[in-house]
Amino acid sequence: MTDRTDLAALVAAAQGGDDRAFELLVRATHAETYTLAFRLTGDDEDARDVTQDTYLRAYRALDRFRGDARFQTWLYRITANSASTLLGQRARHRHDELTEEAPLTDDRITIDPVARAEGDSLRHHLTDALRRLPPGLRSVVVLRDVYDLPHDAIAEELDISVTAAKVRLHRARRRLREDLYAQSHEGEAHAV
Amino acid sequence: MRCDQVADRLPAAAEGLAALDPAARRHVEHCLRCQADAVQYRRVLRALRALRTEVLVPTPGLVPEILAAIGEAGERQALRSMVRGRRAAYLGGLAAATAAGAAGAVVLTLRSRRSKVRLAG
Repeated sequence: MTDRTDLAALVAAAQGGDDRAFELLVRATHAETYTLAFRLTGDDEDARDVTQDTYLRAYRALDRFRGDARFQTWLYRITANSASTLLGQRARHRHDELTEEAPLTDDRITIDPVARAEGDSLRHHLTDALRRLPPGLRSVVVLRDVYDLPHDAIAEELDISVTAAKVRLHRARRRLREDLYAQSHEGEAHAV
Repeated sequence: MRCDQVADRLPAAAEGLAALDPAARRHVEHCLRCQADAVQYRRVLRALRALRTEVLVPTPGLVPEILAAIGEAGERQALRSMVRGRRAAYLGGLAAATAAGAAGAVVLTLRSRRSKVRLAG
């Protein structure tokens, strides 16, 4: 793995017009970029398209990268924007696209919630649960809770308000918890 | 405050009870069921954060695809800038020729006026 100093040197060289340096940047960072793209789109082909588009945009905008953020974080933001564009286009062209409020097909396998809550098992089911989330909710929770992007950056890249980003985050967390633990308060009210 | 009123705010408890407003926090501190829910939110958040360390390995061929796309875009960009450069040179030449023509016309007009004045004098 290339460390931060190496990346900074490569970025500086690439900004100076060294295409070989940009190629090395792609080689050093593409797996992480692809991982985020896959988490956002939930599909290998889409993730490849988004990754390719991310580096094209990065190549064109490299002069505008000021270096006050990590290069990888800058790439995350471009990836988020690119995935959002792709998913937005798809939603406009597909009538059966799920909306945030549409009920999801429940294809869970009934497993003991205690057992499911254990370490690797939880992580495995979490990956599946993430894939089942509507894209709008999935994008926000992945960018905030997995990649630790600030709310304002998420809002900017997804072209939504900061308030909407926070609302989506809470909805996504609630859906994930319900999906993983399959428990609900509904019908019971306990006053304290 | 009741559990169903707190339920909507509990996702914020994933980052700790301090993230809740005081009324909701007071409820959760005394409600075992909401505490259990808050623990589940924290577990979900912990698992989400753990995903950050996982890097998926893309199927082979992705890097060459990216580099080819950039190469192609680079070529197109170079071609565009060349065309833009030629267009600019052409427009510059046209502007210079127009300016020279206009200047010539002004000079000729002035000369013909002067000769008319002399003849009249």
